[in-house]
Parts: sequence; C-alpha cells; structure tokens
Amino acid sequence: MKRAIIIDDEPLARMIILEYLQDYPQIEVVQECNDGFEGIKAIQQHRPDLLFLDIQMPKINGFEMLELVDQPLSIIFTTAFDSYAIKAFDAHAIDYLLKPFSKERFDKALQKWIEQPATPEKTQSTSALLETASQLPNQQDRLVVKTGNNIRIIPTHEVLYLEADDDYVKIHTHAGVFLKSQTMQHFENTLDNQQFVRIHRSYIVQVQQITRIDPYQKDTYTAILKSGAKIPVSRTGYGKLKTVLGI
Amino acid sequence: MQLVPLSDRRITVLFLISWILLASIQVYSILNAGFTWKDALTDAVTTNILLFITCLIVSNSLRYYRPATRTTLYLLSICLIYTSIALVINHHLLVYLLDNRSDYLTFVSQTLPLRSGVAFLIICWMTFVNVLWQSLQERMEEDKRKADTETLAREAELYKLRQQLQPHFLFNSLNSISALIGSRPGEARQMIYQLSDFLRGTLKKEENQWVSLTEELQYLQLYLSIEKVRFGHRLNTEIECVSECSELQLPPLLLQPIVENAIKFGLYDVIGTVTITIKASVIDNILEIEVKNPFDPETTPPRSGTGFGLSSIKRRLYLLFARNDLLQTHTTQNIFTTLIRIPQP
Repeated sequence: MKRAIIIDDEPLARMIILEYLQDYPQIEVVQECNDGFEGIKAIQQHRPDLLFLDIQMPKINGFEMLELVDQPLSIIFTTAFDSYAIKAFDAHAIDYLLKPFSKERFDKALQKWIEQPATPEKTQSTSALLETASQLPNQQDRLVVKTGNNIRIIPTHEVLYLEADDDYVKIHTHAGVFLKSQTMQHFENTLDNQQFVRIHRSYIVQVQQITRIDPYQKDTYTAILKSGAKIPVSRTGYGKLKTVLGI
Repeated sequence: MQLVPLSDRRITVLFLISWILLASIQVYSILNAGFTWKDALTDAVTTNILLFITCLIVSNSLRYYRPATRTTLYLLSICLIYTSIALVINHHLLVYLLDNRSDYLTFVSQTLPLRSGVAFLIICWMTFVNVLWQSLQERMEEDKRKADTETLAREAELYKLRQQLQPHFLFNSLNSISALIGSRPGEARQMIYQLSDFLRGTLKKEENQWVSLTEELQYLQLYLSIEKVRFGHRLNTEIECVSECSELQLPPLLLQPIVENAIKFGLYDVIGTVTITIKASVIDNILEIEVKNPFDPETTPPRSGTGFGLSSIKRRLYLLFARNDLLQTHTTQNIFTTLIRIPQP
C-alpha cells in the first residue's frame, strides 16, 4: 500500500484527484490538506510516497512549502496556470498536471510515478526545481524559515545580513537569527543583487544596512552596520560593493 | 487645410484695403512734391500693382516650394532678390509710361532708397507671414493627429484593461466543474451557466456605456457564486448598498476586479474563513464603494497598491477622469480596505 497526500486549497480540486484515484486501489490517500502549513505537518507525520501539490495556496505557496521539507518526495504538481512555474517544471522533468486535467492525463502522470519512484536523482531535481522556482517574481521578496514547529515568513527588507554556517545559512534580522538549510550560492543567485551583495565568502549583506566601511588590513575592509555588527569585506567583495553603490 | 493666408477671403479683403491705403499715401506724397495727379496716379498704381504681383508670386512659390531650411538669412535673401526684380521692372515701366520725362525720373531716382525700403519691407512681411502661417497650420495638424492617436491609444488601453481575464480564475473554475460533473452534475451545470454569463458580461460591455450599481452588483453576484463553489465555506461575502445608491452609475467591470483582488489577497493570506465586505454610499454626488478583506500583517507587509488588480483599476480611473485620487487603500490592524470614488455624470 502506498500513501498519498493531497495539498490544495480548493475542496473540489481535491475531490477530483480522489475520484481519479479510485482506479488505483494500491494508493491510499492518508490526508487532504488545505494549505502548506497543514501540508508540512502531514508530510512529517505520514512520510508519504506520493504528493499531489498545488502551487498557489494560502500563506505559503507550494514551492515555499517544499523548501521546508527535508525528506525526498515524489511530487505531482497540480496547477491552473503559471507560465513561470511551468518553466520550472519543464526544466527539471517532474510531472505536472494543468487544471482541468483529464483522467487520461492523470493516468499518464501516475504511470510515470509508478515506473520511476523516488531515487536520489529525483531528489536532486527537486532541489533544482526549487532553485528555479525561487526566482519567480512573487517569491523574491520574502524568505520562509522554520523555527521548531513554527513557520516564519521574513520579508527580505527585514534581513540585515546572511552568514554561512556549515550546511546552513544564518539569517540575521532585528527579530533574531534564523537558520535555513541552504547554500550561500543560492541566496546570492535569488536575492535582488542591487539590494544584497556578497561582500565575503561567508557573508551577504543588505546594502542599506551599511553605515561605514573601514579599512582593515591590506586590501580588506570592515563594514559596520546600523545594528552595530561588524562584517569582514574581502577584496572582491569590496569591488562588488563599489559597483552597487556606484562609487 | 489652407496653404496660404490669401486663400481666406477675409484676409484678402483686409489685404486689399491696406494696399489701397498704401497707394493713397504714395499719391498724396507725390502730389505734395509738386507733381500732377496723372503722374502721381501712374506711379502709385504701377508700383503697387507690381508689388502686389510680387507678393502673390512669393506667396504662391512658398505654397508649392517649401524651403527645408527656413533660416532667416535664406528668406531675407529671397526677399532681396524679389525686391530687386520688382524695382527694375518698375523703373522700366515708369520710363515707358512717362515718356522719358527727366524731371519725374530724377524724382524717382531721388526717392529710390525710400521706394526700395518700403518694397523690401512689404515683401519681407509677406514672406514671413506665409512661413509663419504654414508652420502654424502644420503645428495644428500635428496636434490634431497627436490628439487622435492619443484617443485611439486610450481606447485601446481601456479595452485591454477591461479584458484582463484572470486565467487562474477561468482554469480553476473549469477544474471545479470537471470535479462536480461526476458526483453532482446538477451543480456542475449550474456553474457552467454562471461562468458563461460571467464571461459574456466581460465581453459585451463597452467603456462608454456606464451601468447602474444594481446591474454591476448582480454581475458581481455571479462572480461571487462561482468563487463560493471553488472555495466552499471559506468564503463569506457581505454586501451593503443603501437604496439611494442603487441607480447611481459606474463604468462597467470596475468593481469586480477590486473584489477579485480582495478575495485573492484575503484567501491567500489568511487560513480559515474569510469575510469580504462591500459597502456602497453616496457623498456629494460621488459614489463611494468600499471593499474590505482581512490579511495577516505579520506575513504581508502592507503595500500600497497590491499587484496588478489595483494598479489597472487606478489606471482606468485615471484614463476616465484624469484624476489619481479616486482609488485609495488603507490598512487597519488586519483589515485591508480599498476605496473607489466615482464622480457621477
């Protein structure tokens, strides 16, 4: 018996998936979720073999929800229309159903899943998908993090700076420090590069937060933020900072 | 378009009157110098007819040949050439007409500087009036063309803004219908009718045909009933419209995108049941419609103008009324309010 979870904010959209699934007695829908928050809990609780996931949902969208899930998942996306998202799916070969979809199309997607269940490669392509998805315009102005059992949405303008910490990135804000399992490279690529500059191998800073830049050693500098934090600036980082600030 | 000022009859009459005046002054001056009426008339008539013909030639040549570089220097030299030709012909004519009378010819030579000055001034005046006239006409035509283009662009833009059909809404509604067909075919059919009526309403409306608030609210109900099928019990709506508002007018399809925006904003930002309130009132002959939706201030930083929905409404109101203050938004705690004001015709 395989376990499946359906996450969609429209009851009728969930209903049709349930109906189509009647032909697959080997799949049991263990939970239906209204939004991403419920979704994360359900995923942690049930560790499903298959996930039907809508993109546009209350609070956090489908992609943001996936960012907070650590385990590998087999996902079939269901979405109405989103040209950006479609680009993201196409590039990373995960199946997706465009609403409204026929039974035949649904069967084809399930066939794909039955033939190739989750493999390490698949997981990798999920992260590649999220990398592409995080560049979607509506996702650029906020970060979603998990603190214990809570999910926090941080508008990017509240981020003071980011600091590399092994496999994690520390997100420094006025409200405290949050950890996210992500690479610096990811943030460098996805954050607005006029607002955030990678001034050092281990630091990305919001330029509006900088009050002063002092020389430190030969070719290196120290940036002093409004909050008082002192952050090292490398030679290349200083170059980038100069370009953004136009000096 | 009139190419030369002389093509206007009133201007021609004015022109001739001033010419007669000029000729009279000349006659008077010659009489004063002690010559006979015959001499004075011959001279004045010849000189002025010649000048008149030259002016006509100038005017017509500028009508068919427009120098690309209308520099003052260039025009002045043209005037100078015309003046010289006119004066030479004038001299020969006078010699012929007055039988080589030396006393009069001496007088003509003596007054030559004055004659050439006056002739030059008149021809210059004619030339510049023509050039100015033409550029004025060109400018007027260009302005008209620009105004026409702007009207067209405005209409096209308004059309486009009205036609903004949210694909999300359409596809999700179709998906709901698809889901209903299996288990609740009656409801599915009902939803198809509602969706069709809604779409037809989007297509047939014209910008200049305003609708009454009652009509627009009926149309809104269609939209809301579709959304309620989609979101089930999560969506609640309250509509409040005092009776004196019901016959007030507003541009078609203005209210629905605002409510759509409120629903999207509300439903995607708040978990659980969402209530959207719509309230219409009239103040100083201005119809005011207020749409309120809840939001979560912690996750959604209050932004001015949220997304495409409101900016297109703002643009439409601007194109219709040339005012930027007819759409306002504000937030109180966890309620986002959109207020539109529609001045009544």
